[in-house]
Amino acid sequence: MTTDLASTETAEADQSARAKVSVRGLWKVFGSNVPAELTPELVEESKSDLRERFGLVVGLRDVSFDVQASETFVVMGLSGSGKSTLVRTLLRLIEPTFGSIEVDGEDIVRLDDAQLTHYRQNKTAMVFQHFGLLPHRNVLENAAWGLEVKGVDKEERLERARAALEVVGLKGWEQSRPNTLSGGMQQRVGLARAMAVEPEVLLMDEPFSGLDPLIRRDMQNELIRLQQQERRTIIFITHDLNEALKLGDHIIIMRDGAVVQYGTSEDILSHPADPYVEEFVRDVRKSSVVTLRTLMQPLAANLSDDMTPKRAMDALSAQGEVAGFVTDRLKMYVGAVSFSSLAEANQRGDANIKKAFVDDVPALSEDMSVSAALPMTRRFTGALPLVDGAGGLAGQLRPAAVVEMMERESAEEAEETESTMTVGADA
Amino acid sequence: MATQAPTGETETASIGERFKALPDRVVYLGGLAVFLLVSLVIVWIWGSDIGFGVDFQRSLADGVDEAIFWTTRNLDFIFDNISTGVLWFLLRVESAFKWVPWPVMIVGVTLLGLRLAGQRMAIFSAVTLLGVGLIGLWGSAMETLALIVVAVTISIGIAVPVGIVIARNDTLDALLRPILDAMQTMPSFVYLVPAVMFFGIGNVPAVFATVIYAVPPAIRLTSLGIRQVSPNIVEAARSFGTTPRQLLWKVQIPMAVPTIMAGINQTTMMALAMVVIASLVGAGGLGEDVNRALGRLEPGKALFGGIGIVVLAIIIDRLTQSAAKERQQALTGGH
Repeated sequence: MTTDLASTETAEADQSARAKVSVRGLWKVFGSNVPAELTPELVEESKSDLRERFGLVVGLRDVSFDVQASETFVVMGLSGSGKSTLVRTLLRLIEPTFGSIEVDGEDIVRLDDAQLTHYRQNKTAMVFQHFGLLPHRNVLENAAWGLEVKGVDKEERLERARAALEVVGLKGWEQSRPNTLSGGMQQRVGLARAMAVEPEVLLMDEPFSGLDPLIRRDMQNELIRLQQQERRTIIFITHDLNEALKLGDHIIIMRDGAVVQYGTSEDILSHPADPYVEEFVRDVRKSSVVTLRTLMQPLAANLSDDMTPKRAMDALSAQGEVAGFVTDRLKMYVGAVSFSSLAEANQRGDANIKKAFVDDVPALSEDMSVSAALPMTRRFTGALPLVDGAGGLAGQLRPAAVVEMMERESAEEAEETESTMTVGADA
Repeated sequence: MATQAPTGETETASIGERFKALPDRVVYLGGLAVFLLVSLVIVWIWGSDIGFGVDFQRSLADGVDEAIFWTTRNLDFIFDNISTGVLWFLLRVESAFKWVPWPVMIVGVTLLGLRLAGQRMAIFSAVTLLGVGLIGLWGSAMETLALIVVAVTISIGIAVPVGIVIARNDTLDALLRPILDAMQTMPSFVYLVPAVMFFGIGNVPAVFATVIYAVPPAIRLTSLGIRQVSPNIVEAARSFGTTPRQLLWKVQIPMAVPTIMAGINQTTMMALAMVVIASLVGAGGLGEDVNRALGRLEPGKALFGGIGIVVLAIIIDRLTQSAAKERQQALTGGH
């Protein structure tokens, strides 16, 4: 997580050099009179003007983004936002009008038919909202489809398809027809079909949107489990912000064919780019997504474990603090000290504060969500240490801030319920 | 001029719109009155037989005749080969049907009926086929069956490839559509004459005429079957790098089979409808029986020949329909 965050801050050129998928200036314009190159009208006119005055429908408008290897990259937007068009242009199921799509440095837009077929057979696989299974073939043959098309011989492809079906929990259903299965199971077949070809980039177009909520949650958890076992590059399309926040390492939010915001779950929740995104974010329980990092404060005092107790006490009292957090020479967090424990060490005549640690102060990961931290922070009044992924001391947390955030959120929710109830009464 | 043109256009458009906005009653009654008035004036001045002044029919018809004569004279090697081939095929099929002893045939059809369409169909097949035999029409029925089988086989051979091509090419589809309509609606007597000129008298022109009449629905439904394969499924298949050929053979054709079979069913029914007409150019079988009875004023014999055709039609129809339905159910998982 920390490396991802760092990468967003590095120069764009550097980033695209390492990106698995790099999309630049991608446009899709529908219409009978599409200009051969990017004209100023396209760039300047609004979507509705282009439709009324030029008969052009803009599906994608200057979309650029990078997907890093092994991350789950979510494209989120409402219907008509261009997200489905976007994912189809990545396979050229829909031809983009302008722009480039580089996968491992190769521009997909320039491939000829044979190269495109090779790319689709070997680099990618897609899971569809509407499943797209072949009704005249059984589940096993469906799961083997990608391999069959590629020319893998029968025995091997059925073996690999069988393995893929087992991974998605469909062992024993190999001989069934897809139409006799439930929606959730059909989508598992779709997932197995995609996994069987071991794609480098897995594209998922609203794969769980057609499923009922319980099944959807199961499938999301299943995907998270699969991602933990074997990290793939996934581009995941959804209209559901909760799903986006749950699954995405990075998220782009699209509107009218353009990217409105790029960021991590947390970026989007804590800094919505515009009122459109804010509208989405309102319905989400922030505390389950926002991490403690957002509530983090700088350390009151820098204490290192080779300090004398006296110096540490001076440093704390200079800031008016009664407790502090100690790092070693490598800036790794080693423990917490309190004014009284330091005073004891001082009386003992210790050379440094290594024996002055108090035991009962938990160190929290800065990546922990606020709601998960609530039970641990509740019984503390003083500051708690926050550590980063490597164990370094990142900052400190005021437990009250956690409680305040949770309280604010439930107050907002109550207000919202009230207002919907009023609306209900009016109607 | 150039600047005025658009305003002129908008004015005509508005006149057109104003006309459209008139109530139907006013438009149609007014129109009728105008037509009557104009007719009265013309008939009053020039009389009721004003003629067209010229008549192109003779020269055009002569041209068509010339073309057909020329084809008959110069391309006869093609027609001879086709004729020999069709005849050979027809005789093989006919002798095969006639070779099978009737009890075996009846039991076979009955069992097939039982498997595909259930008990009632089995009983119906057994009873009616036995009836056909008992009224002495077994031989004719087998001849007609052979004619149908050959005509339908040739039709499928033409229809499936053509249907596939026009399913994938909108221009060809648009070109072929009116031709298919014409083939189906053109009175069959019209192409019996050239058929006889090309192939002589006998079973071959009968097969030719039957194919022309019966092939359109098989072409149409093959094309329809392929076109109506869900775009979602086609898209999903393409996303895995499916080549157009794989798409055709492994996705579109298998999924179009029920529709293609419905087309074959219709083709068979239309071929049966041609049986009597085909006998005019020398085809044997039940059609010939009906035709001969007609000539001798024997309504009873004509009726029995007709009943024989109906029996064949019902049995073939139910069997092919049930086969198509079974295939459809296999595709949709029994819904």
